[in-house]
Amino acid sequence: MNFESELKKGNFIVAECLHCQKIIWPSSEFCNKCFKEVSWRKGSRKGKIIEFSKQNNDHFCLVEIENTIKIMGKISSGIPNVGQHVKIERCGIKDENYYFEMSLI
Amino acid sequence: MPKVGIASYGITKFTKDDSKIESVLLKSTKNLFDNNPNLSRNDIDAVLVSTNNNSKYLSAILSEMSGIEPKIAHSIESLCNSGTNAIVSAYSYIASGLADIVLVSGAERYDSPGQILEWDNSRGEFKHPIFWASIFTKAYKREFSVTDEELAIVPVKNHKQAQNNPNALSEKTYSFEDVINSKKLTDDLRLLDCSRPCTGGASILLASENTCKKFTDVPIWITGIGQKTTSAGFTKNIAFSSMESTHLAASTAFKMSKCNVKDIDVAEVHDAFSVCEPMALESIGFTDKGKGMDMIKELHITNNLKINPRGGLIGSGHPLGATGIAQTIEITQQLQSCANKRQVENAEIGLVHNMSAAATSSTVLILER
Repeated sequence: MNFESELKKGNFIVAECLHCQKIIWPSSEFCNKCFKEVSWRKGSRKGKIIEFSKQNNDHFCLVEIENTIKIMGKISSGIPNVGQHVKIERCGIKDENYYFEMSLI
Repeated sequence: MPKVGIASYGITKFTKDDSKIESVLLKSTKNLFDNNPNLSRNDIDAVLVSTNNNSKYLSAILSEMSGIEPKIAHSIESLCNSGTNAIVSAYSYIASGLADIVLVSGAERYDSPGQILEWDNSRGEFKHPIFWASIFTKAYKREFSVTDEELAIVPVKNHKQAQNNPNALSEKTYSFEDVINSKKLTDDLRLLDCSRPCTGGASILLASENTCKKFTDVPIWITGIGQKTTSAGFTKNIAFSSMESTHLAASTAFKMSKCNVKDIDVAEVHDAFSVCEPMALESIGFTDKGKGMDMIKELHITNNLKINPRGGLIGSGHPLGATGIAQTIEITQQLQSCANKRQVENAEIGLVHNMSAAATSSTVLILER
């Protein structure tokens, strides 16, 4: 199991070092503090908007998940605000790039 | 630490030309030799090439094409601050005694692969630099109540200043209206807010104290070096309205040079996008947080060339691997009082700020007469 193989299937998983009790992001096989092998678990699909802008009809947002993971995702409906909560509706890999489609909650 | 100085330099015009990378490297190296007839090929101990180009073995290729057989030859890549990284490597070779004279040559083509950091998947489908620049701009405007109209001063000033730089890509001045009405790339970024990728080369010759004096009557000394890498991924930045790596690199450089920001007479800062100029000025310490635009406005109105006299990246163009070297050449010319119409009067101490990938790493150099 790894982050990309699961993301390809639309799943969002998190690498966690049980020894250091920390999330490793960007996901990696090894902890960036102790180099022990990470374990994988299902990640929360809920996050908070840190900042955003807009291109054409879509907003692109910098979102923080589980107070650690920061990703850029797309919001296609509604007007976002900093601090607002969002949910990952769909994620995956398209044209070799990760994508995260989010909605406001 | 032994003194290391700048003995010579060479540069090409920055263009949109479809030239081979080897040819661009050779052109600025040839210009460096033309500028210094006393320099013999046998004098050069190391040849360092700074580029993001995917071609291999470029330092050996440049050496062969220039008739140099160096002891040390290799390339250096660190995205947009490859140039100053290569200068720091050259400095280290000389300071350690492994080399006495080092040629650093930077070059890039307009279609450089260094514009996109493929690894940074935390950016999702938003990997082009315009997206981090939009987030920086939005965060900066929000935190300090700055408007798009105010930020437009940066490209207006830097294109204006580039008109006195014969090697600049920019060939015309722009009004505030031109900037505001230029193509909207995102809600927070317009085309004229961006530095443009281009084809260009810049070379510099570093040497130890005594050797440097043989090649120039006005050696310029590198008295301060600060570098900091905080991460590789854009989203790992702790703030989006300031540059942490720049702040740390500047502190280190000032400490090494034993001078402070008030001593700086002239500076080239990495204005990859409009918002980067006030953010860099604040993070280096030229002005308080949120006051960068006040400083830039004052400089623009009074035609004071202290910041980015050659036009910065926005006015000069941004051939990634050559940029840090071109910035260093500009400050060298300023301190040698040979910057012609761009000259800042009585410039004795200068600063170069060169950064990569949304300020995840920065280099700051202090240069003195």
